[in-house]
Amino acid sequence: MGVIFCGVDYRWLGEVKNAMNNEKCCDLSVLDLVPFGQTGAESIFYALRLSAPNWPAWQPGQFVMVRPHSFGYEIPWARPLGICHMTTQHLICFFQVLGRGTKRLSQLRPGEQVAVWGPLGNGFAIEKDRPTLLLAGGMGIVPFVGYVHRHPQPWNVSMVFGHRAAVDCYPVDSINERIPLDSLRETVPGDLDNLIFTLQERIHDCADQDGLVLACGPRPFLRTVHRFAISFGARAQLSLENQMACGVGACLGCVTKTSDKWADKRHKDGFVQVCTKGPVFWADQIQF
Amino acid sequence: MDLSVTLRGQRHNLVLKNPVLTASGTFGYGLEYAPYGDLSSLGGFVVKGLSLTPRLGNTPPRIVETTAGMLNSVGLQNDGVEYFLSETLPKLPWRETAVIANIYAGSTEEFAMLADRLDGEEGVSALEVNISCPNVKKGGAQFGQDPVLAAEVTRAVREGAPHKHIIVKLSPNVTSIAEMARSVEKAGADSISCINTLLGMSIDYRSRRPRLHNVVGGLSGPAIKPVAVRCVWEVSKSVGIPVIGLGGIVSCQDILEFIIAGASAIQVGTANFMNPAAAFELVKDLPVLCSELGISSIEELTGSLQIG
Ligand SMILES: Cc1cc2nc3c(=O)[nH]c(=O)nc-3n(C[C@H](O)[C@H](O)[C@H](O)COP(=O)(O)OP(=O)(O)OC[C@H]3O[C@@H](n4cnc5c(N)ncnc54)[C@H](O)[C@@H]3O)c2cc1C
Ligand SMILES: Cc1cc2nc3c(=O)[nH]c(=O)nc-3n(C[C@H](O)[C@H](O)[C@H](O)COP(=O)(O)O)c2cc1C
Ligand code: FES
Repeated sequence: MGVIFCGVDYRWLGEVKNAMNNEKCCDLSVLDLVPFGQTGAESIFYALRLSAPNWPAWQPGQFVMVRPHSFGYEIPWARPLGICHMTTQHLICFFQVLGRGTKRLSQLRPGEQVAVWGPLGNGFAIEKDRPTLLLAGGMGIVPFVGYVHRHPQPWNVSMVFGHRAAVDCYPVDSINERIPLDSLRETVPGDLDNLIFTLQERIHDCADQDGLVLACGPRPFLRTVHRFAISFGARAQLSLENQMACGVGACLGCVTKTSDKWADKRHKDGFVQVCTKGPVFWADQIQF
Repeated sequence: MDLSVTLRGQRHNLVLKNPVLTASGTFGYGLEYAPYGDLSSLGGFVVKGLSLTPRLGNTPPRIVETTAGMLNSVGLQNDGVEYFLSETLPKLPWRETAVIANIYAGSTEEFAMLADRLDGEEGVSALEVNISCPNVKKGGAQFGQDPVLAAEVTRAVREGAPHKHIIVKLSPNVTSIAEMARSVEKAGADSISCINTLLGMSIDYRSRRPRLHNVVGGLSGPAIKPVAVRCVWEVSKSVGIPVIGLGGIVSCQDILEFIIAGASAIQVGTANFMNPAAAFELVKDLPVLCSELGISSIEELTGSLQIG
């Protein structure tokens, strides 16, 4: 099969090989791509539903590398996307269009083939009896959809969700059904102070109850959570979003700096791969 | 069909069951890719660069995606040769396939010590000497850009590891890669691999900052393939020892191009990131393409370029 993109037929370059259909790496078909929030030309939020891989043991917080055949030679790396939810029928990812890769993801059509490898990384801790505070910033909400479905005692779980776009742009419905969700939208600069204040209060309370804090979102958001978690001594896990090429621990491109609390002494105050040692890290084990 | 190849070195041959190797730094230590295919089906794999003592590597961001390629400035992060030998090598299928140790050092003496340390290791089929990494301040690029220093390093490794096949990996960031090749051949290299990455740079025009913390890094991937094919052709014309070609290989068609240009074997690098099963698929598909084209042996295709 040749590859055509931007109107150029790249067949003469040879083939971009399709994934060999083994357990971890397979070609999945696009079932549908559903825009969220404002639809039409400006739509930038999408739920991508793919045919189901056979990954019964996946954990919320794990991610997949997604590479549509249409990336051709031009866009070499797959894009890391969190597993939003998975059943025996389908794998759902949810993404926001940022640059050239996610733009092309937003142009996928039903039936198109997408190479996917995963499930990758480690996933969030589930400590069912412990009060658990989920902190999501923007697309950071994605892994928590699966998390609240999986949690055996959802009455112990609550969420603070900071976001810029209207709330209907995000997959909040199935979370709302199960746990209390405080949604804080940032439209004017003062809203950010409000979000930071809320994070501070809630992390503080959670630490007092010996609870578990789980956070996922953009780096500035995580930096704030990290700072409060450390200063209040909260048990906290953060899911990092670093650039990735391979997703399997080989390229050493996605690394993050560990602290002196990192368990493996070879890598204390060193660099470890976010794709295989994370993406979820205990807050005290990494440096920001 | 016969996929096996023998790299006939000056001192030692390297026998591979097929010409598909994976490139250093793009395949971890092999184990990372074990879930995606059968490691022992490969002709061999070259492990991530090893140094005498652990190296932290460069500050992130270390990688940038570019059009049809990528830049990296990983800076040879690794846990050191001792850790590799005691913890990793025993887990690798070295009886079934060639495990090649890529080595890096900051001085000729350290190169000699590394070679000496690896010489007695049964599980290591060959050493690949990285004199061409653009991402480290000391040594590295300088060794690879000066034919006299490159020969010194080659001699040191040759003497340090008298029982191993020695591959010297050349940089394309030189005026004459043929001159470098002749120099390391004279110093005792058994074979040459080329190319390492091309020095490159990428800038975020909004912030006006370089995208790599290290500012510059090595370009790899499909974008560099024409440069790599040219280098393989020039080198193979200039030396008598075998050449291992790499740089931008993604497909079986690419592999044939390198072999026709003069390569006896090839390495798959950045393509492993595009598809974790890439190297395994190439091993499976290569005989199919060869039989379609009526090619019965890889060795007879090497250097079969027709000009004029
Ligand atoms: C473990 C993990 C899980 C993620 N889950 C989701 C998710 O569920 N939904 C979602 O919308 N996004 C998610 N992201 C972020 C998503 O991968 C990026 O938004 C996306 O790669 C941007 O690609 P692009 O081509 O559109 O952007 P470009 O800026 O054109 O990309 C250039 C390069 O930078 C990388 N890159 C750019 N921004 C990011 C970023 N924020 N994080 C990581 N890499 C980046 C790209 O992958 C690409 O390699 C996740 C990231 C990680 C690491
Ligand atoms: C992330 C990365 C790390 C690399 N690390 C090494 C290394 O440790 N030693 C080495 O000799 N070459 C290293 N290389 C260079 C590759 O082995 C290869 O020469 C180069 O990428 C060109 O081949 P490609 O275009 O097929 O990737 C590295 C390349 C990349 C992309
Ligand atoms: S993305 Fe390659 S090591 Fe993590």
